[in-house]
Amino acid sequence: MTFSRSAFLSGFRDVAPMMLGVAPFGMITGVSAASVGLSPLEAIGMSVLVFAGASQLAAIALIGQGAGVAVILLTTFMVNLRMAMYSASLAPWLRPLSAPARTGLAYLMTDQAYAFSILRFRREPGTPRRDYYLGVAAPLWLLWQVATALGAVAGAQVPPSWQLDFAIPLTFLALLAPAVRDRPGLLAAVVGGGLALALRGLPFNLGLVVGSLLGIAAGTVAERWWAPAPPPVRTEDRAR
Amino acid sequence: MSPTETWTLFAAMGLVTLALRASFVLLQERLSFAPIVRRALTYVPPAVLAAIVAPALFSSGAASLGPVDARLPAALVALAVAWRTKSVLATLGAGMTLLWALTAVAARVG
Repeated sequence: MTFSRSAFLSGFRDVAPMMLGVAPFGMITGVSAASVGLSPLEAIGMSVLVFAGASQLAAIALIGQGAGVAVILLTTFMVNLRMAMYSASLAPWLRPLSAPARTGLAYLMTDQAYAFSILRFRREPGTPRRDYYLGVAAPLWLLWQVATALGAVAGAQVPPSWQLDFAIPLTFLALLAPAVRDRPGLLAAVVGGGLALALRGLPFNLGLVVGSLLGIAAGTVAERWWAPAPPPVRTEDRAR
Repeated sequence: MSPTETWTLFAAMGLVTLALRASFVLLQERLSFAPIVRRALTYVPPAVLAAIVAPALFSSGAASLGPVDARLPAALVALAVAWRTKSVLATLGAGMTLLWALTAVAARVG
């Protein structure tokens, strides 16, 4: 398969604004790692091996509390459970690729890589999918490694009063708006967000998992009530 | 935690995370999606994105405007901008500007 530079660059252009949110998040993660006594090399190794910000931050907090390995691994599983949902959602689109290629793309999977890719694949099914996905995911990977390393080595560079961590929910809001395409989708978002908010006190980030699953269920059930129109033919179906 | 334990933990975290990421992407030949599952997958993006974002809007640490966190009004305006423009940069600009403005006001008033 030839490499499509234009698809890669298109993915890169789409994800570029997100980097404003990812860079401080990565630096915060690196600073936190240093604050619980992890060496810069350990912080970098964690970012390369795990490459999943929220679960890295959760693990760092737990290491700081002296938690056991089993608790940390369970937390990692819970916080990253949504990746399995992304995996299921992307699977039909990545089917033509070889198993090693799919494994490599899976390693690079992030909220952003998933969200941009699924939106683009649905809108333009003819997109060179591997290369668009790589255009989104690979720059984020590189930025994440550099940012966590900088954070771990140099400590907090940006004063907390700038509140740059707010860029992270803002970027997710910008992705959420186009993801809500109809009334069942809106219900899924309201139920998912509302439950995650109500249950945010639960351990292991379970509120995120419960809210997501029930939001998906709500949207699916509501579709029956609200959408008597024939379902649009999706390319996932046509591809078979 | 010893260095060996630390590196073992990170490797195990990496394997757990990769297994979740690769699960369906790798096993798809052996998994056939029922129609209801494929319909449900349509609602993964709105449900999960909202579930990620909602708790973060109420996190503590921001300047307090009485009972209202400065992040919430900033986020609501940002959501409206996101809805209208579909632009990440415009959303970021609006949200951060309003957060800084509200924080400055709260600091002066408080």
